[in-house]
Amino acid sequence: MPETQARQVVEVGYGGNERLMMNMGPQHPSSHGVFRMILTLEGETVVAVDAVIGYLHRCHEKLGETLTYVQYPSIASKTDYVAAMTAELAYVSAVEQVAKIEVPRRAQYLRVIVAELQRIASHCLWLGTWCMDMGGALGGGATVFLYCIREREMVLDRFEELTGARLLYGFHQVGGTRYDVPPGWDKKVRETVDVIEARLDEYEAMLDANAFFRVRTQGVGVISRELAQSVGVSGPLIRGSGIGYDLRRAEPYSSYGDFDFVVPVETEGDCYARYLVRMVEFRQSIRIVRQALDGLPQGPISSRPGVKSVGQVRVPKGEGYARVEGARGEVGCYLVSDGGPKPYRLKWRGASFSNLAVLPHIVPGHKVADVVAIMGSVDPVFGEVDR
Amino acid sequence: MIAAFVVLNAVLVMVAYLTLLERKFAARMQSRIGPYYVGRPHGWLQPVADAIKLLLKEDIVPTAADRWVYNLAPIVFLLPCLLIFATIPFAPELGVADLNIGVLFFLAVSALEIVGLFMGGWGSNNKYALLSAMRAVNQIISYDLPFIFAALVPVVLAGSMQMSAIVAAQQGLWFVAYPLVGQLAFVAFLIATLAAENRVPFDILEAESELVAGFRVEYSGMKFALIQLGEYAHMLGTSFLGALLFLGGWLGPGPVALGPVWFVLKALLVFLVITWVRWSFVRIRVDQILAISWKLLLPATLVLLLATGLVVALRGAGGA
Repeated sequence: MPETQARQVVEVGYGGNERLMMNMGPQHPSSHGVFRMILTLEGETVVAVDAVIGYLHRCHEKLGETLTYVQYPSIASKTDYVAAMTAELAYVSAVEQVAKIEVPRRAQYLRVIVAELQRIASHCLWLGTWCMDMGGALGGGATVFLYCIREREMVLDRFEELTGARLLYGFHQVGGTRYDVPPGWDKKVRETVDVIEARLDEYEAMLDANAFFRVRTQGVGVISRELAQSVGVSGPLIRGSGIGYDLRRAEPYSSYGDFDFVVPVETEGDCYARYLVRMVEFRQSIRIVRQALDGLPQGPISSRPGVKSVGQVRVPKGEGYARVEGARGEVGCYLVSDGGPKPYRLKWRGASFSNLAVLPHIVPGHKVADVVAIMGSVDPVFGEVDR
Repeated sequence: MIAAFVVLNAVLVMVAYLTLLERKFAARMQSRIGPYYVGRPHGWLQPVADAIKLLLKEDIVPTAADRWVYNLAPIVFLLPCLLIFATIPFAPELGVADLNIGVLFFLAVSALEIVGLFMGGWGSNNKYALLSAMRAVNQIISYDLPFIFAALVPVVLAGSMQMSAIVAAQQGLWFVAYPLVGQLAFVAFLIATLAAENRVPFDILEAESELVAGFRVEYSGMKFALIQLGEYAHMLGTSFLGALLFLGGWLGPGPVALGPVWFVLKALLVFLVITWVRWSFVRIRVDQILAISWKLLLPATLVLLLATGLVVALRGAGGA
């Protein structure tokens, strides 16, 4: 059977044969939200997996059609609530593209800073939850989890100082950003990234040379280069499979061309390769944050006036697709405008949705314990999958 | 009779506070505080609160469960876990029964916990529990052999299966410091203990991120508490065994009356090492666990046991 074709689900119950059908989710400690996997097992080995999504569907795209361009950015953050900043950025970029609105350079730099801080926070949560999947809430995994949450809290504190919110920000607005940095904020951000950079060394000391961590991740859940391309995964998954595709480099938006950073690529395609890619991304994000803080230009933070009424942004008739590199991959927003204060049609391209589609290709043949390791390495956020 | 009563109650109280110790220790490792508010300072009433909470919880029996097996399982599980304390002397002449086959009794009874465990997994009629019970049988069978072989090294060195005789033989040198064989056996003993106690990295039968809570997923209230109690009692018992076999039992500086104190401290040390490992590693997969046991630990402990026999034979020849 060609590897790129998902295997058929075998529906069997208790009776007669040696196969066992087991539900993982929608309520399960390692389902990272509400996701259901119907596993068909032969002993410990998974022979088929049927993935069921949609438990967190909140009509996001329809909601986008009923809210104005001023209102929706803070709702856009709820699609991917772990990396809210990049979801907002994708939406306002799409609006700006259709309306041909220029964004001041200071706002572009601020967007880069928050996007990269968000990537750090999101990757912290990924590492923590992934290790908890493999190590258990009553084991070493919980230790890594709590360390990572400690660092994520620091980033969230910075966001709170900037926007007043810790999870869903409403920081972006069409034409720029809603808030400017408070006094002393850049110094605090520098201290934060310094601490996180030092802590990253600790994580690597804990995990890289850890034989148990390696046997759980190396050679597990291999996504080949061809499979990655045919399924359309993005972000750390495709970079872990030997393709150096990063929108920040391939199609620079929001002044990313000004910054110096490395796009990590690993060729193995297994969970460990994805781990390595994300660990480099941590450091590169820190590097970009520092550069953006150093070069933060003076000037206005928005090319449009502040929010006075919800219907004040009018977008001419047209359509556009904007995409940004989120923490999990390519986050796209397709927008059709009919000239009114609200979009005529809105379509999200969630990175997690496409990344999750790789599961039925790579899970069969692994043990039950590997299923959670693979799930964690894909790092899906179900707000973004189900929308 | 009275001795048994005292030991049983002492063990139960110790087990309760063992959970507090582990939670505080884990909290330290994870830059947390741990239990704090229930009984200040440092949550010393937390185990009591936990016990009351578990007693008051509703007892749920799944309709599809095999009722007899399901209800008996916690008791069958707990019994051997408490019985192992019968042969442990806490000081010379201080214990329930210092059998002349103490170590054998301990090893045999402690392996019986698997029966209750499998009953729980089977009787729950839950797929997670069933899978966990399958894993449990795999794992216990694989790790009891290296566990026994490692525990037999001190027996061979001491030339007796009586616990007090083994401690007496360590008068000059604790077996953990016995050149090469003792040290290696202690390491093997610790690894096998981790597996026998189902601790991370070998806790695949609990595996809450895959199997939710494994064989005890359907248990609630006091039945859950009994299983938990059994698990910690077993761990405490094994820690005592480790202290007896390798760390010289009640031997230590100071008057003889301090013996039990030393003994408990050494057992807690073993327990904390197990806990330390638990909170710093990820869990490994079932096939990897079996591979470690059959390909590495079992041959290694067998060779170690043979080497120990050789050492003792040479020592005997040299001495005589």
